[in-house]
Amino acid sequence: MNVFRAVLLRDLRVAFRRWSELAHPLIFFVIVVTLFPLALSPTAAQLREVGVGVLWVATLLSSLLALDGLFRGDADDGSLEQLLLSPAPMTITVLAKVTAHALVTLVPLICLVPLSAYTFNIPVAALPTLAAALLLAAPTLSVLVALGAALTVSLRRGGSIVGLLVLPLTAPLLIFGTRATDLSVNGEPTAAPLLLLGALAALAVSLGPLAIAAAVKVGLE
Amino acid sequence: MTEFFLMDGHGAYVWSAYGITLAVLILNVRLARAKHRSALQRARELAAQAEAPRKQPTVRRLQ
Amino acid sequence: MKLPRWFHQLGSPPYVYRLADRLCPWLGWLGVSLLVVGAYWGLVIAPPDYQQGESYRIIYIHPQTAYIGMMSYVVMAIAAGIGYVWRLKLAHAVAVSAAPIGAWFTFCALFTGAVWGRPTWGTYWQWGDPRIMFEALLLFLFLGYLALRGAFDERDKADRVTAILAVVGVVNIPIVHYSVEWWNSIHQGPTILRAGGPAMTNDMLAPFLIMVAAFTLTFYWLLLRRLQGEIVEREGDARWIRELVGAGTP
Repeated sequence: MNVFRAVLLRDLRVAFRRWSELAHPLIFFVIVVTLFPLALSPTAAQLREVGVGVLWVATLLSSLLALDGLFRGDADDGSLEQLLLSPAPMTITVLAKVTAHALVTLVPLICLVPLSAYTFNIPVAALPTLAAALLLAAPTLSVLVALGAALTVSLRRGGSIVGLLVLPLTAPLLIFGTRATDLSVNGEPTAAPLLLLGALAALAVSLGPLAIAAAVKVGLE
Repeated sequence: MTEFFLMDGHGAYVWSAYGITLAVLILNVRLARAKHRSALQRARELAAQAEAPRKQPTVRRLQ
Repeated sequence: MKLPRWFHQLGSPPYVYRLADRLCPWLGWLGVSLLVVGAYWGLVIAPPDYQQGESYRIIYIHPQTAYIGMMSYVVMAIAAGIGYVWRLKLAHAVAVSAAPIGAWFTFCALFTGAVWGRPTWGTYWQWGDPRIMFEALLLFLFLGYLALRGAFDERDKADRVTAILAVVGVVNIPIVHYSVEWWNSIHQGPTILRAGGPAMTNDMLAPFLIMVAAFTLTFYWLLLRRLQGEIVEREGDARWIRELVGAGTP
């Protein structure tokens, strides 16, 4: 666990050194969320209908933006190879990096959601479920984004392909997350999709780092 | 015979489904064959290149 | 444990190439014959369904193409996994060959499914229906695999990186299959692979199974032909290749 903490703290420190870059995904989120109503010119009721979906899609897209910070920065200056060569198990290192990404990118995004939910006329009663669904989806999302980053780490222009790889894999998160929120807007019990999100998170966190570490290793060969 | 094509009004559905599937199958056969063929062609070119340099031009003795 | 000789031979490109040459004619002719027989049986001989009328005849191609698409992915994932763990180029070649075939069959499954859905359920496409969504995800997985593959310059690296993607994505296959049991779906539940045996009368079951066999044989023909092309590409100017193409100028 020492390794975990060390890598986590290091990644957090590196991220905050360029704190202006941390704002990029957040600004992107706000822009995307604003573009939809601009394009659709919806009525108040329509706004509520599309709101949940728009928020989720915007979250997914915004989480892709901080990709480079995960592996490419370290790959470029050689520290990723050092991490690979060190006696610390790569899966733990990867887990720490994924956690750092989740804390730095996803948590601020999730904090933005209540305000955006308000603009979409989503009832306040549904907010706890929305927040819970997002928090449960966050680990899986981070793992998937990290997997995309790891698979493309050795590509010079890997950025364009990552979305193509990662976004389809996030479809289940989208389906269950919006379902949970829609159920809660209608006042129905939301246990099922939330539990599914939780199960996905457990699966992703336990098996994901293995695949991610393998991808990094292969990428740097 | 016409009822066979009309399929009780469902003709468009049945025939487009079968039609597209057939087209995809034929396309795949073509693509697989083409890949095989062009790989063999490339191998032929590579082999010819490997053989060619062995034929040195005859050396003319300087008088 | 002493492994049988044929097992080792399967790791030898020239052996597999020549084996493919011997198998393909059988696979091809048998496959085409069964396709013709099955299609004729399904379109002409089989009686119309009492509920769906004539449009039910898509049952003789839709589940089959979906099944082949899923089988392609499993073949691809297993081959890629074997190639990754044991560093077998031939296994990677199998994975690469299976991918485009699987993508096309999955496309067919989605298309025939949509076309069948219109007269049966009233809609071509149902967003949020689990089976449709996860089958679409399967298509995206194939496309992602092919796209990622194309992005690498070195073939070795492309093989190993895409192998990870292939193996990670295989979790989608059981999800597609069980989606109709786990969730409420407009798609019907399993008709063949269920406890109590197939829920189909024999005069419909026969062409159904014939088409399954037909598509399977066709898949393997396509796979082997593509594999041959892939093997030749990878082996470059190896001696056996030169002999194969009847090399060079005398």
